[in-house]
Amino acid sequence: MKICVTVKQVPDPNLPMQVDPATHRLVRNPDQSILDPADEYGVETALRLVEEHGGEVVVVSMGPPSAADALRRAMAMGADRAILITDEALAGSDARATARALAAVIRGEQPDLVICAIEATDAYTGMVPGMLAELLDLPQLTFARQVAVEGQTVTVHRDIEGATQVLRAQLPALLTVTASIAEPRYPSFKGVMAAKRKPIDERDLASLGLEAGAVGAAGAAERVVALEEVREEKQGQMVTDDGTGSSVEAIVAFLERIQVV
Amino acid sequence: MTENELHRDLRRAVRELCQRFPDEYWREKDEASAYPEEFVKAMTDASFLAALIPEEYGGLGFGVTEASIILEEVNRSGGNAGACHAQMYTMGTLLRHGSEEQKRTYLPKIATGELRLQAFGVTEPDAGTDTTQIKTTAVRRGDRYVISGQKVFTSRVQHSDLMILLARTTPRDQVKKRSEGLSVFLVDLREAIGNGMEVQPIATMMNHETNAVFFDNLEVPAENLIGEEGQGFRYILDGMNAERILIAAECIGDGYWFIDRSTKYASERVVFGRPIGQNQGVQFPIAQAYVHLRAADLMRYDAAAKFDRGEPCGAEANMAKLLAADASWEAANVAIQTHGGYGFAREYDIERKFRETRLYQVAPISTNLILSYIGQHVLGMPRSF
Repeated sequence: MKICVTVKQVPDPNLPMQVDPATHRLVRNPDQSILDPADEYGVETALRLVEEHGGEVVVVSMGPPSAADALRRAMAMGADRAILITDEALAGSDARATARALAAVIRGEQPDLVICAIEATDAYTGMVPGMLAELLDLPQLTFARQVAVEGQTVTVHRDIEGATQVLRAQLPALLTVTASIAEPRYPSFKGVMAAKRKPIDERDLASLGLEAGAVGAAGAAERVVALEEVREEKQGQMVTDDGTGSSVEAIVAFLERIQVV
Repeated sequence: MTENELHRDLRRAVRELCQRFPDEYWREKDEASAYPEEFVKAMTDASFLAALIPEEYGGLGFGVTEASIILEEVNRSGGNAGACHAQMYTMGTLLRHGSEEQKRTYLPKIATGELRLQAFGVTEPDAGTDTTQIKTTAVRRGDRYVISGQKVFTSRVQHSDLMILLARTTPRDQVKKRSEGLSVFLVDLREAIGNGMEVQPIATMMNHETNAVFFDNLEVPAENLIGEEGQGFRYILDGMNAERILIAAECIGDGYWFIDRSTKYASERVVFGRPIGQNQGVQFPIAQAYVHLRAADLMRYDAAAKFDRGEPCGAEANMAKLLAADASWEAANVAIQTHGGYGFAREYDIERKFRETRLYQVAPISTNLILSYIGQHVLGMPRSF
């Protein structure tokens, strides 16, 4: 079976986020960017399915040339090859434009399964998988915490309030997977070295057959009009005793008000 | 890929792995005198411990330079490579002198970690550096050797499946040179312990599993002899240079760790209204330790490059070990002095690393023995022993 996994290079979530006030976009420093940890679950799921059934794992990303590092990481884990959609005209793409570009590539691959994270760890829109399923006309099974493929069907377990739901669909299909689906493997150094030799197929806009107006800022249906950093503010209230023990009453009154005592 | 790219990738990958094992992990293992099993498994899974095993046997096929970078990074992260470094290089005796059948049987399993070969039985209560004086004997009886005697400071026995053992197969009075008549065996510990081999742990000042080992008519299949009978001393010796270089790298890793911690603490700790690192009495010893460490680091790379080119490197390997062990010990002392009372508090980890790095002045070879080697073999002065 052939599985396409969509992946993204994101600013390292362990580092402080930086915002460009002029463009309202995140500052993406390639040296401080990594394969989205949320995508590692999808890569791991795909690798396990291919280990069980045979086949090929293709990782697909859209981003600047430096996104190749994220694809190499996925290939170090074991993915067979990678496709990077990279073109200046893609800058400023919203979820719809991103889904269009990814769909153009994935359509050409004709995979049995497409696996996505629920959402990316930078913008958190969570809209791309749904749009991608729609553009590719695939059944969409979301929030999978367990997946099995048998013949031409895929079965997933997903948690809903107080119950587990089991969904089944015919292949080809698109899944989004949660962090509880499988513990992602750490690449061995052999894998890291092998990934250097695996191919990354770079695609520009022209090769996708997409018009410039369909993607990038020009093709975006929505526009980020503000992006403000959340400031951490210290909250606290000083109670000063006037020497008569008045602070005790004030503190007890406060604790009663917030229903601690 | 150029060499520099490889080294950069390697450092990055080892650092990433080590980040999963923070100070608290090593502190808890130290306090419980417990083996860092999870760390060793992660190092194995990442194939780092198979660095020196050729690719045809399932390893990474790297040289000592790359292996030294791996061990340096482990110690630089605050960890202790002593728990598993021998899995990397003990197999060298098997690789260089074992039969093709032995290599095909064992090396791929050592590479995957299915078999652990990280115990090395040479030192005895009455024979340390004076190795030819060992009293453990191996006597051929049919298709087996029968081994009797005692070893001491045999490390990681309880976390190994196999052990390389040096024993005398021809009595000293029947050989022309005292270095002859010694042989090397591969002992399967899973069968040996309790069947002619007993292990007694030795408690030490740091978390390093080492043992006294007793052999009472232990039977070892004759096919477990490595190389030719009687040539074992030579086989053991030619693995020593690699070990010296790798241990030097661990010292350098420790040294950088001490310098990093000292620099940070001296820059942040404020006394009398200013950071203590502003005082030259605090600043200069850290700078001095760093200078010595960098110099040792250069000698490590020189020795490793010579080793990897197949050139004689006994002098450089020994000098690298001495310089690095001295530099890490100087850095350790500077770190504990810089931290004052906190240097002795366990939660700062300085005292743990201080205890760990002290070992390198003594093992795997004492500093004095290196000076003897340099005095006699490099400078040509009279032999002292």
